[in-house]
This record gives sequence, structure tokens and C-alpha cells, in this order.
Amino acid sequence: MAQNGSGGLAQTVAEHQDEILSEWLALQVSGGALQSGRIKEAELRTQCRTFLDLLRDGLEQGGTDPEAPAFGRAKEVLAEVSRSRGMQGFTPTETAAFVFSLKRPMFNALNRTIEAAAGEGGGAVRAASAATARDTWDVTLLLDQLGLHAMEVFMKAREDIIARQGREISELSTPVVKLWDGVLALPLIGTLDSERTQVVMESLLQTIVDQSAEIAIIDITGVPTVDTLTAQHLLKTVAAARLMGADCIVSGIRPQIAQTMVHLGVELDVTSKATLADAFRVALTRIGRAVVKAPRAEAAAPVAARRR
Amino acid sequence: MATGDDAARGTAVLAIGSSDDVVRVRQEVRSRAVAAGLGIVDQTKIVTAASELARNTLIHGGGGTVRVESVSQGVRRGVRLTFEDHGPGIPDINQALKDGFTTGGGLGLGLGGSKRLSNEFEIDSAPGRGTRVTIARWK
Amino acid sequence: MDRIPILKLGDALLVTIQVDMHDRLAAALEEDLTERIAATGAKGVLIDISSLGIVDSFIGRMLDTVAAVSRMLGADTVVVGMRPAVAITLVELGLELKGVRTALNVERGMALIGRWLEDGDGDERDGPAAGDANDGDGG
Repeated sequence: MAQNGSGGLAQTVAEHQDEILSEWLALQVSGGALQSGRIKEAELRTQCRTFLDLLRDGLEQGGTDPEAPAFGRAKEVLAEVSRSRGMQGFTPTETAAFVFSLKRPMFNALNRTIEAAAGEGGGAVRAASAATARDTWDVTLLLDQLGLHAMEVFMKAREDIIARQGREISELSTPVVKLWDGVLALPLIGTLDSERTQVVMESLLQTIVDQSAEIAIIDITGVPTVDTLTAQHLLKTVAAARLMGADCIVSGIRPQIAQTMVHLGVELDVTSKATLADAFRVALTRIGRAVVKAPRAEAAAPVAARRR
Repeated sequence: MATGDDAARGTAVLAIGSSDDVVRVRQEVRSRAVAAGLGIVDQTKIVTAASELARNTLIHGGGGTVRVESVSQGVRRGVRLTFEDHGPGIPDINQALKDGFTTGGGLGLGLGGSKRLSNEFEIDSAPGRGTRVTIARWK
Repeated sequence: MDRIPILKLGDALLVTIQVDMHDRLAAALEEDLTERIAATGAKGVLIDISSLGIVDSFIGRMLDTVAAVSRMLGADTVVVGMRPAVAITLVELGLELKGVRTALNVERGMALIGRWLEDGDGDERDGPAAGDANDGDGG
């Protein structure tokens, strides 16, 4: 697009690039961009110079449409800057300031072209101010759009972090432990929402396969409340395990929870035991093991399991 | 923003006219689900739903087509399937969605079951006009 | 048409499903198994589905039917090797195959059938996996 406005804009930026850059940097520094210490001045300067170069190239080739391919590189650099800001823990305002603080230096540069034209007499001034008004509007639109683009990338970087942490927490909070050959336990702690339950389910069932476990004990002592949905998730896990050829025992249902569940009309149609220890004893019996008191046992009665 | 690339290689239309076609639909959906990065459980769910709906298209719709699309929305990627037939249509959709409702001698889990296996479910049908079912599963 | 081979091992029949089954193949297997149980007087049927990437309502119903028919003919059926993702999906679909006994793998399944044969009658166990209690060391 050989639009006058953008041609003029590109020229203005090219002519005043050094002033724009130093003014832009100064504005960001005075706005507190370096205060947190998360970024060094030299790094900020490089980012600004690179972006300004690419913006000028974009204006020369692509007019003022930020969707034009000519702005591709400028947007990539901007995205990179915003993403790293997101990772480094900058606020959205701090991140957006990178683009928006470029407005004033750009306007100032445009004004200087009018001032320069003033020396040339009436007709030139009128033409220059008309062009400047148009350029000002174009620059505003362009920078606003680039600012939004920066925000979008910034938010995505933050969302990625949150999603990753969510997965990590889910994995950390669902340890499947082996109690005996063929007997697994899944001690659940905390509230069970559907996403977490899905992770729990999958990791339990996969471990059943990996260890050829016939029995899995799901211990919910650490689960504060069991609502209808949670109960359904539990039942589904039990049903899926059964389809694979393994049995589940649910343990640690607290009295209040049992009461609530009955009131809710939820029946856990599975073997359930009050404690993990009780469930373990049942599991051992099912795989043909028994727990007996060893002869030399002291008062604490150490548990010994031996083959039948 | 979705890239043009994704949209371009995103769509395939398969005919459903025999039980071999149902198998082909399953295979196509599986490879799309893998490409979209769905986990093994999500893959299995969308492939199973596809199998149910393809069989519905075959048996109740007298054959038809399925459009398989790889879709993306922001960070999410997924698979969307649109089954279409020009069969007799479904007079009472709510009833058809209930488990155990069947006219084809099956278990009657097809529609309701595939709804439960999907993140998105849309059905459009009327007597004499055929049936269109759209489902999607996201990563 | 393709058929799924049925092996006879002592008093048991062994079927390993290794292909992505279309509906006619599943229906044929149901028929073939019924005939073979009657012809051989087998007391146990083991169906290994560890290769199956999905079990939809059609295959699920086939397994259910085989179990019910074989029970009438005096044989017990055990389905082994269902993958976790398949099991989760099947439950979500609404099929729990309550009439079918299950085991983790072929070895466990054969041990289960072995115990039924020892006990002499296959119908008086209370739980699907209860008969598995004595299968030696297993792991």
C-alpha cells in the first residue's frame, strides 16, 4: 500500500528513530520498568531497538494494518517480549506499557514534522498538519492493536503456567502405592473435582495393569466431603477396575460422610471398610494371605503376613 | 488465532455405507485425535463415540457421511465430527437421548452414550428430514 | 468372510481378538462361539481383548451375550486384558458388563477357569473375581 500516511509515517520514524528510541526508553524507565530488577536496562534497550526497527520496516512495506505480513516479524518479537514478561512475573500493566509508552515519542516525532514545515510557509503547514492528524490516528490504531496482541500472548503464557502447575499438583497428589504383591492403595487427600478424579482414575488403573494388581484400596480418609458427583466418580473407578479384572475396596468413609451419602441417596455398591488397615486385611485374605501374631511378638504385636 | 495451515489440512469427509466404513471412521478419528494431542482416554472416548454415531448413521439413517475436522481454539486443540444422513429422522430427540431407548435392536446407548463421551454435542433432526449430529472432544 | 479363530485348550476355549472388529465379524464370533461350546462341551471361555483399542456398545453387547449364552450351555466366560482407557470409556458409555467375569491377563484368566473346573460347578461364586483367590503367586 503506497498510502501517503504510512509512507510519511515510515519516513518520520526513520528520520527521528534515535530520538524516538531514547524518549521511549526514558519513559519506560521513569515508569518503573527496571524497578523490579527482573530486566536489565541493556536488555530493555535491545528489545526496544529491535522492535522499533521492525515496526519501521512494517510501516514501509505494510502500511498501518497490523495484520499485514510486513508486521509479522515485529509481532513475533513483540510476542517473544510479552511471553518472557509473562514467565518472569510482570504485571499485565507493566507488559502493556512496553507498546503503549511508544505512543508519546511517536506523536512527538510527528509534531516535529509540522514544526519543520512551519518554516516553509502556509500551504506546507496545512498539508503537514492534515497528514499529521491522519498519521496520529493511524499510529494510535496500530499501537492499540499491537498492545492487544501483546496482552493476548502474555495471558496465554500465564495460562500455560497455570495449566502446567495444575497438572503437576494433580500428579503429586495422587500417589498409588504398593502395599503387597498384587495389592495397591490410593490414599486420597483433599477435595475431588472431576478433573482431578480423572487423573486419579487413570493413574490407578494404569498402575493396576503395570503391577498386575488384583486389588486396589481407595482410601478417602483425607477427603473432607463426598458429594453425589464425587461418589459417582468413585463408583466409576470401581466399575472400570472391575472391567479390567481387579477389585476395589473403599476405606476411610467417616461416619458423617456415610450419613450424608445415605441421605443423598447415594449407595456405594462396593466393599467398604472403616479403615485402611481393615481394608488391607480383607485384601490379604482375598489373595490368600493371612495376618498372624508371631510367637516372639511383644505388646505392640508386629504384623507378619505369611503364606497359607 | 488459528493458523491457516491447521484449517487447510483439517477436514475429511468419509462415506458411511457399510460396517467396514464404520471401522474406517474409527481409524480416521483415532489418527486425528492422536494428531491433536489428545490423551489415550480422550482418544478412546471420541473414537468410541464416533463408532456409536457411525453405526446410527448406517442403521437408522440408511447410510450417510461424516465430516472429520481437526479444530483449534486458542490454546486448545481437538477433533470435531459431523454425522449426516437423509434417513427418516428422529421424532422425539429427548426420548432418543435416554439410555435404553432403541429402535434398532441395540442397547440404546448410542446417542446418550456418545453425548457423555463428548465435550460438545449437538443434534438436529426432524421426521423426514434426516439427522445431523455434531460432537467434539477437546484436549 | 474373515472369522476370528477359536482355540481349544483342554476344557476351555480361547479367543484372542486382534483386529479392529467390524460388526459382522463380532456377530460371527458370537455364533461361532455358541456352536463350539455346544460341540466341544467346553466349561470355560476366555476372550482376550488386550489388543482392542475400543469396545463400543455393539462389541460390549456381544461380550454380554456370549457370557449369557455360554452360561446356559454350562460354560463360564472370562474377558481378560481390557485396557484402562477402554474400561473408563465403557463405564462412561453406560455399559458395565455386570454378567461378564473379568481378569487382568490371560494367565489370570486361565487360572480362574482352572479353579471353576476344580470346583466342578461354575455358578455359585459371589463375586466376579472371588474365584481368583488362590491362583498361586501370580506376580
